[in-house]
Amino acid sequence: MTKRKSGGGGPARAVRPDAPRRRERWRRRCAPWTFAGPAAALLALFFAYPLLAGFYQSFTADRDGVTTWVGLAQYRRMMEDPVFWAALRNTGLILLVQVPVMIGLALLLAFGLNQSWLRLRSGLRIAYFLPAVTMLVAYSVVFRVLLKTDGGLVNQMLGAVGLPSVDWLNGPGWARLALIGSITWRWTGYNAVILLAGLQSIGREQYEAAAIDGAGPVTTFVRVVMPQLRPVILFCSVTSTIGTLQLFDENYVLTGGGPGNATTTPVLYLYKVGFEQLDFGYAAAISWVVVAVIGLISYAQFRFLGKEKSR
Amino acid sequence: MSPVTEGRGRPRAGRLLALLLLLAGALISAAPFYWMVVASTRDDSELFASPPPFLPGGRFLHNLVELEHTIGFGRVMLNSAGVTVVYTVLSSLISAMCGYALAKYRFRGRRLLLGAVLATMMIPFQVLLVPLFQMMASLGWVDTYQAVILPFLANSFGIFLMRQAFLAFPDELIESARIDGAGDVRIFYQVVLPVVRPQFGALVIFTFMTQWNAFLWPLLMLNTEDKYTAPVALYTLIGQSHVDYAGLILGSFLATLPLMLIFFLFQKQFVSGLLGGAVKG
Repeated sequence: MTKRKSGGGGPARAVRPDAPRRRERWRRRCAPWTFAGPAAALLALFFAYPLLAGFYQSFTADRDGVTTWVGLAQYRRMMEDPVFWAALRNTGLILLVQVPVMIGLALLLAFGLNQSWLRLRSGLRIAYFLPAVTMLVAYSVVFRVLLKTDGGLVNQMLGAVGLPSVDWLNGPGWARLALIGSITWRWTGYNAVILLAGLQSIGREQYEAAAIDGAGPVTTFVRVVMPQLRPVILFCSVTSTIGTLQLFDENYVLTGGGPGNATTTPVLYLYKVGFEQLDFGYAAAISWVVVAVIGLISYAQFRFLGKEKSR
Repeated sequence: MSPVTEGRGRPRAGRLLALLLLLAGALISAAPFYWMVVASTRDDSELFASPPPFLPGGRFLHNLVELEHTIGFGRVMLNSAGVTVVYTVLSSLISAMCGYALAKYRFRGRRLLLGAVLATMMIPFQVLLVPLFQMMASLGWVDTYQAVILPFLANSFGIFLMRQAFLAFPDELIESARIDGAGDVRIFYQVVLPVVRPQFGALVIFTFMTQWNAFLWPLLMLNTEDKYTAPVALYTLIGQSHVDYAGLILGSFLATLPLMLIFFLFQKQFVSGLLGGAVKG
């Protein structure tokens, strides 16, 4: 997995001839930690410790200010908790619908932007990338106002073509659609730019060679472009999948997880359980299930990605 | 470098259609920004009027004064700037140093550290929220800036990015600098870091943008109004019973401006920073 770079000892090996040996040995042992030390200490303190503390906490419950050991009770409770399952289903829906649609759109966009006859290319690229550099709260505010049921711009436009207005953020189906739409709006251009970089790394001569061999556009696409773009597409899918599994900010600000639990995600649910209901043990248990799910899916995808690369 | 899919003899109508689709998409993508400009110069009654306004109005200054009055917008932006700059400087350096150690030294615990870094990249930080919050509470750090800054200083994405950059740096140069009598720290700052400046620049930009955007953790940690950062202050505006939408959008727009500005100035570096290990070349 990790590349072994150069010989043991690394750069610390070359020794100044006059340096005393003991000092040298001490220095050699300490030098790496002067660099890695701060990060390692921070990670141990603010990552490893709270993670393990949370693990312990997931086996406890708070009753009237007293923390008691309850074994697997919190996990059992989760299995029977309809809200938790609803949150998982919502995430599954976004994974199955939003991610493929977005990657597909991004792929089309990247191809479009890669055409040699295209003018205004850099202007278009900026327009498409802009949503990804918007402040999160700002973008949610804008969508809330655009989608406002009475007087919102989207409903006014629907009205102008004779369609009834839609209760975007208060109907379960519509709220999901609004969430999916806003995530797609924000991240499609970002993925397109990454895919475009991948497309541009395919040399011109490969297209020429394909043309000489009599390959049409479809054959060229399937045989020349796709195989080389695959690792980049996988990268986009992996990052989008992890992003979806961690989805919180967007639905927290846009819909608050509602209506009902139509747009609740596991991370949003654990936030609510932890900070609104102050049910710390249960929140910790949910955290650990989220970690396990993300770990499993990421592991599977990285295996896939790794295999592609080593070909 | 240059685009290569040459559509030789492709019918003109097809190209025109493709161009129109691309332009329409760009319009959808960028329209909300135009609308933000329009909305932030109007008042609420104009904003939700029928038909809605499509040109900027004359209420910009009025809205700005109002926003300053409700959330102390100037103060809030300064808070954001302070937190973001301190975080960016410290975090970029700490990440670059750790990346250097992981790439160029072999030491006990290296694999463990690398494993921890990779694990952190995959675990959503929200999972740490409750224990981290309790930790800050027991330290008495709630409502302080160190509580906002410290927990996420070691940025695993940055560490990984810099490690990849340093791996490509030739060991011979480091060794010859050492023979010339330079210490490890001096080698890092004077020999190695200047060479990876493009990647380090990407990291700095990326870190700045992330922290400027940071929302949930500052929201949890800060609870005095005059300490709020911009996203927190704007979010608390949403929750109020009477929402002044025009002001809210003006604030959102102004708070987003620094991000856009940086993106325009450093487009290339930012994109290469985002790409990380995705595309080589």
